Amino acid sequence: MTHVLDVQNLRVSFPADHRRVYPVDGVSFWLDRGETLALVGESGCGKSLTSLALLQLIPHPGQIEPSSVIQLADTDVLALRGEALRQIRGRRIGMIFQDPMTSLNPVFRVGDQIVEGILAHFKISRAEARDRALHLLQEVGIPDPVERLNAYPHQLSGGMRQRVMIAIALSAEPEILVADEPTTALDVTVQAQILEVLDRLRTSRGMAVLLITHDLGIVAGRADRVAVMYAGQIIEEAPTDLLFANPSHPYTQGLFASVPRITGPLRRLTPIRGNVPAPSAWPSGCRFRPRCPKAFDKSEQEPPLLPVEIDHNMRCWLAERNG
Amino acid sequence: MRPALSVLRQAWRNPAGRVGAILLLIITLSALAGPWFLPDPRAQPDILAGSLPPGLGHPFGTDQLNRDVLARVVAGARVSLSVALLAVGLSVTIGAAVGLVSGYWGGVVDAGLMRLVDGALAIPRLFILLLVLATMERVPLPALIVLIGATGWFATSRLVRAEVLRIREETYVRAAEALGARRRHIILRHLLPNTMGPLLVAATLGVGDVILLEAGLSFLGLGVQPPTPSWGSMVLDSKEVLVSAPWAGIFPGLAIVITVLSANLVGDALRETIDPRSA
Repeated sequence: MTHVLDVQNLRVSFPADHRRVYPVDGVSFWLDRGETLALVGESGCGKSLTSLALLQLIPHPGQIEPSSVIQLADTDVLALRGEALRQIRGRRIGMIFQDPMTSLNPVFRVGDQIVEGILAHFKISRAEARDRALHLLQEVGIPDPVERLNAYPHQLSGGMRQRVMIAIALSAEPEILVADEPTTALDVTVQAQILEVLDRLRTSRGMAVLLITHDLGIVAGRADRVAVMYAGQIIEEAPTDLLFANPSHPYTQGLFASVPRITGPLRRLTPIRGNVPAPSAWPSGCRFRPRCPKAFDKSEQEPPLLPVEIDHNMRCWLAERNG
Repeated sequence: MRPALSVLRQAWRNPAGRVGAILLLIITLSALAGPWFLPDPRAQPDILAGSLPPGLGHPFGTDQLNRDVLARVVAGARVSLSVALLAVGLSVTIGAAVGLVSGYWGGVVDAGLMRLVDGALAIPRLFILLLVLATMERVPLPALIVLIGATGWFATSRLVRAEVLRIREETYVRAAEALGARRRHIILRHLLPNTMGPLLVAATLGVGDVILLEAGLSFLGLGVQPPTPSWGSMVLDSKEVLVSAPWAGIFPGLAIVITVLSANLVGDALRETIDPRSA
């Protein structure tokens, strides 16, 4: 079976001081219908750029390297320009952004913004579009949807706005929903509700969801698979249960060690030393080497993705030793 | 970012802005309603009497041709204000369109348009206007309006472009792009409404500029042509009788000063509302 989305060797480059840097450097992943892939990483690891690249929305002066492949079922996304590209955006890949406070235009009513999204892709009357907008608001769990259609963004709470954003992203019935840190700006209780909504929609519509987050906590129980990104590369990928049972890359282990646990014996949190280096300062060899407690002589060569167990790969030479 | 309506509402709270707005309103209303109550501005009831000083029959006196100065100032207000409004409307529209396209498209289009604007800004506006008007035998009013409008949009386009560069980075514009919104839609629905505030300021300040410009051109005999009264041409006509009948020149002059001042007061109030730092 072909994947709904298949990304191969995605590289995004930006010019910097007479050379090019690659904040996304050879990322490959795929998505199947009805499944959730979580892309996890610290800020600056390239996960947001990866999601923007899917719709060719990389901000100027960045560009996607020609060797990259983004295959959307039978469509080669990177070959699309102009009108053909526009018809992919929203219609086949929908996107939710991090901050619901700034994702809506302050000067227009919520209903109008959903309607515009629908009319961008369907040749139907405004009245019909409004009807659909109403159903969408119901579907994402907004109370009093008729009233909310006429509200301005500032009259809604953060959680309500994010629901509206989800409704807008769903308006053209995309096959894939990209959620870039959809809950980061929200209260914890509201976070859970929003994730619930996303989960329900994925099941009811059979959408594929690419969930981009820095929070391992929201990945458990929601994502089918996890890909951990570090310095522009995927450094570990596995089905969620395997990754949680057996985090193998020293960086992933570091992420887990820095998350407090509610159950189990009390222990001291172990932060990962240092910060993610800027794309211009990535070390040669293994990019995690300078921060890695387990680095050894072979780390000076750049590791490929190596198998840890079935379906579970990591970009670390330690995989050879253990295997 | 605030919609235009709330900007207007807050600018009204500024005392200087309110005075300016009320004065502009009075001038506009008298320009609209005045002709019904005042004598014909072209009538010369007693041409041999010449210029009469201000009195009961003629509150602003009469000019050297015995025409009622008040009636002529009011008639001139119609001409000056409509030239100003139409010309500013034209220049704001062109400026907004160029700024939106330039700022949103970017790249070669932006570079081309902005170098054009740079070039145009390097030539004094009055110089371009004099050059063109001097070649014309007679200047019809619509031609004057188009000329003034077509030479007044350069700064506005830069202003709008700068706003667009800021707004297009807003998440809601990114979100609209990710949703597959058409360019035209993004420009008209997301960018334009959010540049309305600065446009409003530019337009109001532009009105003052254009009134002065038109008065200056008319004073030089290159603007509004007699017998159509405009404030500038009235000042020009009065210069021979400036000592014997100063009222013929003082009142149209005052009208220019008060109108331009009012427009600038309103413009400043709007600007302070939009950007409190410029206060």
